[in-house]
Amino acid sequence: MFEFEGANHLVRFENVGMRYGDEPEVLRDITFHLEPGSYHFLTGPSGAGKSSLLRLMYLAHQPSHGSVSIFNHDVATTPREELPNLRRRIGVVFQNFQLLDHLSTLDNVALPLRIAGARRETIQEHVAELLTWVGLGEHLDAHPRTLSDGEKQRVAIARAVINRPSLLLADEPTGSVDQEQGSRILRLFEELNKIGTTVVLATHDRSIIERYQHPVLRIEKGTLSVRWDVTKGKK
Amino acid sequence: MFARRVDLAPNRDGTSRFLPWIIGLMVYLAGLALSATMVLEQVIDRWSTGLKGSITIVVDPSVDGGDAETDARIEAALSVILTTPGVLSATPLAPDEVAHLIEPWLGKDLLSLDLPIPRLIDVTLEPNSAIDLAALTRQLETAVPGTQIDDHKIWLQKVLRLARTSELIAIFVVLLIAVAAGATVMFATRTGLAVQRDVIEILHLIGARDTYIARQFQGKAVSLALWGGLLGLFLAGVTVLGLWLLARDLEGSLLPAVRWSPPFVAGLAMLPLAGAVIASITARFTVMRYLSRML
Repeated sequence: MFEFEGANHLVRFENVGMRYGDEPEVLRDITFHLEPGSYHFLTGPSGAGKSSLLRLMYLAHQPSHGSVSIFNHDVATTPREELPNLRRRIGVVFQNFQLLDHLSTLDNVALPLRIAGARRETIQEHVAELLTWVGLGEHLDAHPRTLSDGEKQRVAIARAVINRPSLLLADEPTGSVDQEQGSRILRLFEELNKIGTTVVLATHDRSIIERYQHPVLRIEKGTLSVRWDVTKGKK
Repeated sequence: MFARRVDLAPNRDGTSRFLPWIIGLMVYLAGLALSATMVLEQVIDRWSTGLKGSITIVVDPSVDGGDAETDARIEAALSVILTTPGVLSATPLAPDEVAHLIEPWLGKDLLSLDLPIPRLIDVTLEPNSAIDLAALTRQLETAVPGTQIDDHKIWLQKVLRLARTSELIAIFVVLLIAVAAGATVMFATRTGLAVQRDVIEILHLIGARDTYIARQFQGKAVSLALWGGLLGLFLAGVTVLGLWLLARDLEGSLLPAVRWSPPFVAGLAMLPLAGAVIASITARFTVMRYLSRML
């Protein structure tokens, strides 16, 4: 069991297990807490359960047992109609981007704002500005299928951060971009973290973990087995 | 810059291509059923109004005495009728008028065939009069043997029962069509939900409420139903107009002339709108029910 300091937890997992259908559990007895404004790397071998853990955090799946609490709301007892409000405070960068191919780049990124009911002018201004910042200012009307994987990755990141989420979950966000773009994206995450966004970044890349020195959640065979808190210099 | 307000992928499921045609067919059938209802309503109304407060005296023609004898029998009958309390007026129909009435069954030029056509006296009764038909029958039988009274009641009741039943069937058909339209939209929406599942999941994870997603399906269903409904209305209008023109040109008086009443025209014009409302409600119900099973 891994306990971070502080009583005010943005994310709290207590003895959480997770399975898909009738399959064996892919996550077992996961317990951890994330404080507001923290930044964690989530690492582990392929198939260890990183994406499943993220699915629980972005409320795409119910735990098979244990308790998951996000923004001090127990997911199991929160009324279903309240879940969209929680989800709007979570930005997700999916590993396979999950962009809507029939929408333009601009419309894809505008989606969270539009769903939240933002004004058209606000949407247009913010989305165009952010897309320009991630280097896609020339591709506002392009559709995802005409973009490279790296460009799709940046669109997915822009969509995840457009509404200034309280919790940002990124599944291998630098996996499809070159080193320069990767550094740029990681700097964006650092900036968001500085202004209070809690970040969980799933990555295989040890160089990123070593460079940024944030606490690490390591998951192996469905169990959160290692906590390497770089800031405290111990494993 | 923002190209669209609909987040669902367009035309990913074949059912959306067929939905306007199916809705169009249903609106067409509903239009015909509604038209039949209107015609029946007018026929019932006219027959009821025309026959209420009147009786017909049938005077057998004189076989041996010729027209003069027949005219004398009519005069005798008239003298009895006009002295009966409760009778407002009595008008004998000329032979050519009687021939015209039975023309739909026996054809034209009936008079030249020299058939013994009965003569009719159209009797109008005073409003709310309680005329003793049995007594009148006896008096007429005495004065003019072979005379009959037809108060239309039995015939009218049978015809009205048939007409009312037909009208109810037509209304039932319209309701069945509405149910079938709803079922069609439900299946189309379910297919759409299955096909667009990945889009729905993404929208959900971004924070879309069920109502937001339902509105997208509603919008699509309404748009398709309106297109189909307008097509069906156009075809139904053309068909009804064609039938109306054909009926108007019919010689004889088997059917009374049918008027285009404003409520009927309004009802016909509302059919595509009704289709759109059914599509909207059904799509919303189907989507909300489907989404309630998701996290």
